[in-house]
Amino acid sequence: MTENLDVLRQGIASGRLKTDELVLNMGPQHPSTHGVLRLELVLDGEIVVKIIPSMGYLHRCFEKHAEAMTYPQVVPYTDRMDYLAAMNNNHGYALAVERLLGIEVPERVEYIRVIMAELQRIASHLVAIGTFGMDVGAFTPFLYCFRDREYILDIFERTCGARLLYNYIWVGGLSHDVHDGFERDVADFIRKFRPTVTEVNNLLNYNKIFIERTAHVGVLPADVAVSYGCSGPMLRGSGVDWDLRRDDPYSIYDRFDWNVIVGDGAAGTLGDCWDRHMVRVGEMEESCRIIEQALESFPAAGDIAEAIPKRIRPPKGEIYTRVENPRGELGYYLISDGSANPFRLKVRGPSFVNLSVIDEISRGHLIADLVAILGSIDIVLGEVDR
Amino acid sequence: MESLLQSFFGDNILTLLLYCSLPLVFLLLYALLAILGEVKVSAWMQDRLGPMRTGPYGIIQPIADVLKLLQKEDITPANADKFLFNLAPYLSFMSAYAALAVIPFSSQYVGADLNLGLFYLLAISSLNVAAIMMAGWASNNKYSLYGSMRAVAQIVSYEVPAAMVLVIVVMFIGSLNLQDIIIAQSGPFWNWIVFGGPKQDVMLASGHTLDASWTNLIFFPLFLGTFVMYYISGLAETNRTPFDIPEAESELVSGYHTEYSGMKFAMFFMSEYANMFIVSAVTAILFFGGWNSPFGVYLGDAFDAPWLVAVEQFGWLVLKGLFFVFMMIWIRWTLPRLRVDQLMYMCWKVLIPFSFGVALLVGFLVVIL
Amino acid sequence: MSGYFKDIYEGIATALIGMKITWKHLFVRNVTIQYPDEKHDIPERVRNRLYVNMDDCIGCDQCAKACPVNCITIETAKSLPEENLGETSTGHKKKLWVTRFDIDIAKCCYCELCVPPCPTDCIFMTPTYEFSEYNRNDLIYRFATLEPGEAAEKTANAERIKMETAAKRAAELEEKKRAAAEKAAAEKAHDAGDPTAPSPIEHVAQRTDTRERTPKPSNTGGETSEPSSSGDKSAPSASSSGQPSSSGSDPFDMKTAPHDGSASVRSDAGADRDASSRPAAW
Repeated sequence: MTENLDVLRQGIASGRLKTDELVLNMGPQHPSTHGVLRLELVLDGEIVVKIIPSMGYLHRCFEKHAEAMTYPQVVPYTDRMDYLAAMNNNHGYALAVERLLGIEVPERVEYIRVIMAELQRIASHLVAIGTFGMDVGAFTPFLYCFRDREYILDIFERTCGARLLYNYIWVGGLSHDVHDGFERDVADFIRKFRPTVTEVNNLLNYNKIFIERTAHVGVLPADVAVSYGCSGPMLRGSGVDWDLRRDDPYSIYDRFDWNVIVGDGAAGTLGDCWDRHMVRVGEMEESCRIIEQALESFPAAGDIAEAIPKRIRPPKGEIYTRVENPRGELGYYLISDGSANPFRLKVRGPSFVNLSVIDEISRGHLIADLVAILGSIDIVLGEVDR
Repeated sequence: MESLLQSFFGDNILTLLLYCSLPLVFLLLYALLAILGEVKVSAWMQDRLGPMRTGPYGIIQPIADVLKLLQKEDITPANADKFLFNLAPYLSFMSAYAALAVIPFSSQYVGADLNLGLFYLLAISSLNVAAIMMAGWASNNKYSLYGSMRAVAQIVSYEVPAAMVLVIVVMFIGSLNLQDIIIAQSGPFWNWIVFGGPKQDVMLASGHTLDASWTNLIFFPLFLGTFVMYYISGLAETNRTPFDIPEAESELVSGYHTEYSGMKFAMFFMSEYANMFIVSAVTAILFFGGWNSPFGVYLGDAFDAPWLVAVEQFGWLVLKGLFFVFMMIWIRWTLPRLRVDQLMYMCWKVLIPFSFGVALLVGFLVVIL
Repeated sequence: MSGYFKDIYEGIATALIGMKITWKHLFVRNVTIQYPDEKHDIPERVRNRLYVNMDDCIGCDQCAKACPVNCITIETAKSLPEENLGETSTGHKKKLWVTRFDIDIAKCCYCELCVPPCPTDCIFMTPTYEFSEYNRNDLIYRFATLEPGEAAEKTANAERIKMETAAKRAAELEEKKRAAAEKAAAEKAHDAGDPTAPSPIEHVAQRTDTRERTPKPSNTGGETSEPSSSGDKSAPSASSSGQPSSSGSDPFDMKTAPHDGSASVRSDAGADRDASSRPAAW
């Protein structure tokens, strides 16, 4: 189906087809730029020649703010970076400060953190899958995904009182212990959730039109992915077997038996939009497996607050801690000068790094493909702009 | 119907105007129903409730929508070509409305009983392309322009398979008159063209007799395929998902009607819904017996009331039309959108070869049988 | 060629599978509710509108210090010795009039960091989530129970005490100095070295301590002071509860700061003692 395009491209390349370029502003207010991203497109007809992403419409000076905050006060700000994966953001930040302080957190806290982080990963991937479907024109799977995401948010709400911005994982512990019936709620959710995956697979992911729209589109070769610093499903979709939960284990991920999902190019070329999408679909099932195993060995009781320091003043020093966010490697580079505030907090945001590759993989595609590629990168502007 | 109006109002221009505006009344009522259907069916498919506030279960929501559109400020962009910009929505609606002229709503009512009915239908519905092109160009907006360029390419391309499919049916019946095509399918539902056409000889309105027998059953698979092809082309011509590329929301914001607001937007909206009904009604007429009752009998015959028969026939046609409108809504909320090149591939490399092949086969079979 | 027909078959087949799924969902019960009529059950721990039970507030400023967005503004005034403010339900003795306790809920980020530090559990998040207003200023909740006139009076009282104390301290200091000088002179006259006055040294030590603290910028960016305790989530230190907060916005402090650099620090240390010796007419 791409041969039509090839003929067109050949004509343009050989100079037989004379065309003029058109600059189109896509965003910051556009239905499919996932927030306030602005893309300046240089177009040749409908074919993308060049993309200049303009960011910063949602810049809130997170890093500078953090310097004026005490360590616990930074946690609500981390929520607001990648607002679809606030738990994972909290987790990464808490780990960074804990390592700087040299704190060991109790077993129960680790288990709760892992369960929460994996639930959040499922919730985040559900949004990614749903919005990707919407980008290629299927609206209904989006709502099926959101319906199940609500169940996760309900669990979060029961435990910590918030649905989106949790401020739950604190340095050294958690803000609340889990609510009564937490384990039953999570098990219930997984039971309800698995049929949805099958349903969305049949409705959207294996639909011929969807495959045609996403396979062979936005192919990101493994070497390009690595050299651009892509991570998460973006990298794994290109066939690179790399997951920080397994390769740089943090928390208690090394105790569970699960697989790293890697793209295989089943529908098209390795590293196309469909592969990235299906990596997310597969990861949801793996997260379910991790949660199930964690629930089996969940410590019955324990004080979640016992390791929370009374006063957080890490010793002078610096640390880089990275965790596997739903979107990839989320890194916190933290410098402490021994005071109650971080001296410097630099965040390596996965969305930001993944977005940088868009010009490379979108050239020569149609506008419709660009929308699909942007959807498959799964950016969250809160984190891109920070 | 015309004679009825004449008996009331006399033979003057008023009668003519009334006669012409009957479909408009129908169209407005249908549009309200279709809007409600769209929002409610999509809501139910997505486990939602849909509008529930205006009226019981939100049934008067479309009226609220229309009132809202009426009240909205009518914006014309400063750099737009004002004449074309203002003309386009009305031209678009006009083409849709004019197409209704030849739709036979019952054996008693058809706006204009043209012998070239199908031909007229094809010609007049192509006018929509001009309106869309005007809207896209006059808006002076790149998104609108992209939308209109896509729309024109798409609609013009899909005219070809749609016309070819009509040729197949015309070849089989031997008439371009829509009333004739419906009469040919009279009797119970197995006489519908989708099931292979009439099974016994029929006398057409034009006086020509169509020879038919049960051997027509061998046309069943061919006409089923034809029906599917026509319906797909119809979806594409009305810019419905999965062919809603001209107004692809995630790509072009809203396509050619991005810059329109208020009543002018409502006109485009109306013309889209009117086109949906026309395609559905033509599908019903060509393949599903038009206003024929699927059981072959009418309640009106039992009571010896010809007016009841006419009403029943109207009801059957509208019911069939609405079913296909529902199908469109159903498809829209299920499938993703195709890409421009895939759309063209589907038209030129799938639908056109298949429709030509079927036309050849049907022509051949009509000759030997 | 077989790929061509396979594509067409797959296209139709998968579209029909999808249509079957959406058809089934036509008859699935809706998961949405009609919001203002029906509402979801709200979990116990839900974090919505902040509320302060002023009966229990001791004006310790811990919540304002913990707040990452500075949405809480507290001003307090020392009570007079004869005024009995009573006790909180947790048994803490109230010593301060809370003349101002404003929460700008429009700024609030619902992180609940203000709740754990409260020693009397008087600030907490309620399940109320419908509190939109047409005027943004209506979102500033004023919890202080004192009437404006009363508040001004209490503040004036506290300021007067502060001034008095400062004056008295200065006089005492002057007295001490004079005494020390006299003593020294006398001792010099006696020509015998007997160091009996440690108070100036003590005072110097206190001063240097103050200087060390004051030039440090307030890191929380707002009106809260004392970076050393602002990050402390643990139980509040008792010493800070005696100090009037929000000194930056207090015009009185601005005035006194050049007058005596250590006044504000010293006043809270000595205020209780000085106040107790003040006559009842105050």
